[in-house]
Amino acid sequence: MVIYGLALLSGCFFGGMLLGDILGMITGVGSNVGGVGFAMLALILVSSKLLKENKLSSKAQDGIMFWSAMYIPIVVAMTACQDVAAAIMGGGVLTIMCGIVCTIVPLLLIPVISKLGAPSEPLPPLSKE
Amino acid sequence: MELIEMITNIMTKNGLVMSFLVVGAVMAVANLLGKATRGRIAGSAIAIVFGLILALIGGLATGGEKGLSDVAMFSGLAVMGGGMLRDFSIVSTAFGASLDEIKKAGLPGILALFIGVILAFIIGAIFAFAFGYTSAADMATIGAGAVTFIVGPVTGAAVGASSEVVAISIAIGVLKSIVVMIATPMLAKPLGLNNPKSAMIFGGLMGTTSGVAAGLAATDERLVPYGAMTATFYTGTGCLLCPSVLYLALTMFF
Repeated sequence: MVIYGLALLSGCFFGGMLLGDILGMITGVGSNVGGVGFAMLALILVSSKLLKENKLSSKAQDGIMFWSAMYIPIVVAMTACQDVAAAIMGGGVLTIMCGIVCTIVPLLLIPVISKLGAPSEPLPPLSKE
Repeated sequence: MELIEMITNIMTKNGLVMSFLVVGAVMAVANLLGKATRGRIAGSAIAIVFGLILALIGGLATGGEKGLSDVAMFSGLAVMGGGMLRDFSIVSTAFGASLDEIKKAGLPGILALFIGVILAFIIGAIFAFAFGYTSAADMATIGAGAVTFIVGPVTGAAVGASSEVVAISIAIGVLKSIVVMIATPMLAKPLGLNNPKSAMIFGGLMGTTSGVAAGLAATDERLVPYGAMTATFYTGTGCLLCPSVLYLALTMFF
């Protein structure tokens, strides 16, 4: 059933959030720390175990996949609710410069990190367009 | 006139359901435009830019702080795009990513993941400081926005940053994903981005899933799954590190 997938997702969500709140309390941040990240880890661990044991029906998977597919639309709704007016008044140049620099600098590291570990062969050229 | 009143009444009363209609329409237009660029710019990136433009219009029209959702008939957007459903759907994207896969990416992939998150955070925080956002919470939020446009608001909510700073962080993250889409096919050759391993490192360093997927699709479609594999972990790693250790590190200095 679809709801089983949703329940699993909700359970991981709840567990992650709880762990995040506890970590927030311990570190003294006073708010949720990494709850989303913990929930993701929990979902990866639990779902891969269930999948291996064939205990997650395709309907149940659909319940999770639906929300996964809603990710971009939800992000679009979220951006439509942000205080963009204030951001543009206060941070136009900051946004543009930071957006470009924080993309280009890490890109330059690709060849450096690629040297680590076993080399990987380039894919063969595409034979036809 | 009465008909228009009826329509706005229905939209206001059934906010969440109407937000599906509104976002669906925005996505449809964005995807059409994306196709018009022959997939060079992903429809999702255009849709996000539309969202930001709508938020700007809503903000200018109402003077409120919640973008388009301050307009009564679009108030449902605040539910759909609110913290609960946003975090819920982010968690769901982890489904299908397996720890075995990232183990296969090996040490360079994991290293790229952490370097990517920390480097973006540091660059963002430096820019924030240079532009006068000198509190640890503001620097952390903008730094997290430089990680991805998801980590920015997640971090902002955790450290209690203002909506204005959160909006800047999202704008930086969105711009980053657009720059990734455009720059990747142009820089692929000099960067040696032609094999699965470098694609995995690329995904780990850049993180923005839409940017990585679109950028690699424009470079060589066969590289997409490798890049997306590590990129899937990037936002999670960012959500884990930014509001916690990286924010705490900032509070020691600012």
